[in-house]
Amino acid sequence: MSDVASVGIVLVSHSAEVASAVAELAKGLAGGGTEVPVAAAGGTEGGGLGTSAELIAAAAASVDRGAGVAVLTDLGSAVLTVKALLAEGDELPDGTRLVDAPFVEGAVAAVVTAATGADLAAVEAAAAEAYSYRKV
Amino acid sequence: MLDADFFRRWMTATAASVDREAERLTDLDSPIGDADHGSNLQRGFTAVTATLEKEAPGTPGGVLTLAGRQLISTVGGASGPLYGTLLRRTGKALGDATEVSAEQLTEALRAGVEAVMTLGGAATGDKTMIDTLVPAVDALGTGFAAARTAAEQGALSTTPLQARKGRASYLGERSIGHQDPGATSAALLIAALAEAAGE
Repeated sequence: MSDVASVGIVLVSHSAEVASAVAELAKGLAGGGTEVPVAAAGGTEGGGLGTSAELIAAAAASVDRGAGVAVLTDLGSAVLTVKALLAEGDELPDGTRLVDAPFVEGAVAAVVTAATGADLAAVEAAAAEAYSYRKV
Repeated sequence: MLDADFFRRWMTATAASVDREAERLTDLDSPIGDADHGSNLQRGFTAVTATLEKEAPGTPGGVLTLAGRQLISTVGGASGPLYGTLLRRTGKALGDATEVSAEQLTEALRAGVEAVMTLGGAATGDKTMIDTLVPAVDALGTGFAAARTAAEQGALSTTPLQARKGRASYLGERSIGHQDPGATSAALLIAALAEAAGE
């Protein structure tokens, strides 16, 4: 599987710290296996709370290895901005998908699954499945 | 007929109005939102007018798609992709024509509003910009001034509603009694359209 390009993962949060910390958490829990490209796109370009279309587009381009890019978001403008960029058609790499998943749990599931060499559909399914993980 | 210059005047008038009203929009966004609606839209429309001056598209559709693209890139909050999608989709619906009729604008704007409803999942009565835009487009058939009046009434109609979309929805019943900031800025956009038409 090592010759198969990994799915890229982009984590979009309103906060730069949240996005990068979740990226570190997910990569840490994924352990070894295929190196998964993970990029954080948190906050606005000025360092404030919010969403930056430019940071998202740059993050997606940086993790694209040709196997698709799974984008996970927190809420509000993060979701809407990714959807608007996807609707533009040429702003994000081919095979980029907004994954409907909880942010932290979904990110861990996505990175762990991508590390096994799984394809985009499998990564998306694993992230979405994190919604069914009940805590109580 | 409405040419590219009319649409540039619309965007410039919107930017000026957002500048004037930024503080009020942010004040409306304080009790039920995150208190950045005025400054976010101000940043977005400042970028729109700067880009339109530099690139000066020659068609109505070109002006609106470029403006929408700028809003998506620069606003930083949910109003960016929402207003960006509204203008882009409206611009795409106008196509490559160098002049469009008021009827064509009405139909294109309707397509833009529908795209916003799809993107944000909001319907009339959810206490959003949709409560302004739907009646405004319906009234546009009878003229720009009628659209402005309908938009202002639409914005006012959000006060007694309970928010069902966005951050305000977390407040539940506490969102009742506050005019929605997005519905208010949407009324500024429509008023600027009437201003561009000289009405």
